[in-house]
Amino acid sequence: MGIRHLMSPLDFSVEETEKLLDLAQDIEQHRDRYSHICDGKRIATLFYEPSTRTRLSFEAAMMNLGGKVLGFHSESSSSATKGESVADTIRIVSCYADIAAMRHPKEGAPLVASLKSGIPVINAGDGGHQHPTQTLTDMLTIRSLKGRLGNLRIGLCGDLKFGRTVHSLIESLSRYEGISFVLISPEELRVPSYVRNGMRAKGIPFEEVVRLDKDTMSGLDVLYMTRVQKERFFNEADYVRMKDFYILDREKMLVAPEDMIVLHPLPRVNEIAVDVDDDPRACYFRQAQYGVYARMALILTLLGIEVKK
Amino acid sequence: MKEYQNTLSIGALEEGFVLDHIEAGHAMTIYRYLKLGKLDCTVAIIKNAVSSKMGRKDIIKVACPVDYLDLDVLGFIDHNITVDVIKDGKIIDKKHLTLPKQVTNVISCKNPRCITSIEQGLDQIFVLADPENRLYRCRYCEEKWDGILKK
Repeated sequence: MGIRHLMSPLDFSVEETEKLLDLAQDIEQHRDRYSHICDGKRIATLFYEPSTRTRLSFEAAMMNLGGKVLGFHSESSSSATKGESVADTIRIVSCYADIAAMRHPKEGAPLVASLKSGIPVINAGDGGHQHPTQTLTDMLTIRSLKGRLGNLRIGLCGDLKFGRTVHSLIESLSRYEGISFVLISPEELRVPSYVRNGMRAKGIPFEEVVRLDKDTMSGLDVLYMTRVQKERFFNEADYVRMKDFYILDREKMLVAPEDMIVLHPLPRVNEIAVDVDDDPRACYFRQAQYGVYARMALILTLLGIEVKK
Repeated sequence: MKEYQNTLSIGALEEGFVLDHIEAGHAMTIYRYLKLGKLDCTVAIIKNAVSSKMGRKDIIKVACPVDYLDLDVLGFIDHNITVDVIKDGKIIDKKHLTLPKQVTNVISCKNPRCITSIEQGLDQIFVLADPENRLYRCRYCEEKWDGILKK
């Protein structure tokens, strides 16, 4: 079998995703069992743009498995400044590491790398395109905290236009039974038509609203907040106008369902007030922990390593 | 004022192929994408010919074997164009155009965030994503392509 890469969350079938999430949950429950399973293995984290959280999560994941880490964390510290192509970089890195995680501001860069790579390549975020390990993290968090991935009413709030995590999450959860969505965004940041058409084609119930209030949150199992990302706007004025459109604070949480969990891919800016952090329904920091388990499971899956139980 | 007659006779083709039912005004676009300018044979471009079906249409006649024609590129541009293969002055075959599954280095991705905008030596590949709507997407960034022939 050829080298397996991960470019999009839909690269894995539902069965493969479930298997990976099962593995992640087993890792969570039996950390010691996995602590040396990748002894002698190396991950290259090739980050052409800064991303503290995702990079550290990959590095922590590999270290938790007993493996080692090498790489760079900005374009300026890579050979890209000398004009080296992505294809050449991955050919070289294939000689140094067993698996690579790549973040790149240009969409499709990890795919280009995977076509020339001798090792598995993980897309760790390519511009506004895909961020599959965030989706795996979100799915693991929801499944762990709600006990299921089907029969859920999911609210997605904020930048639903440029927010790639939102698009990927919708597409991935749309493969499960009984899913419905409430899409909360300003008119200018509504989900793109292809996402809306995709839900319609699959018969997924959804509604689009502008206000984040008691009525909107009623019946939600999950409220997924997102940041309005400055780097996705070409126009500064548009960004300034949109950035504080939604703020989830303690007052709003008073009227939210008691069993509704709040998630956020992080980093958050103003969209979740810090006074929400102590609310037991605020699960975004636990989500970051689940991200490490999801990436550990992904590394093992792509390297084809199985633990003997 | 003198009324110009709206007909013009072009010599019959003995051997070659005819691209018929080209939407009026698009012959030069087809000419460019098929790189017909690189052929050293006779090429006739007929613009605004009268058509009972289309009202007006363009036609291209090429006096060289049909093997020189990239049917995938033509199908990608407009699969309603008909291709008549001519031998001894007669139509001996009609090629049916289909939407190709992918086209390489025919068009370029216009998404400024796409890796194709900076990576050297990378083929520009577009993949057929939705045959019903003739929708192609960039293989790398999945940006959709709006079509060559603007209506």
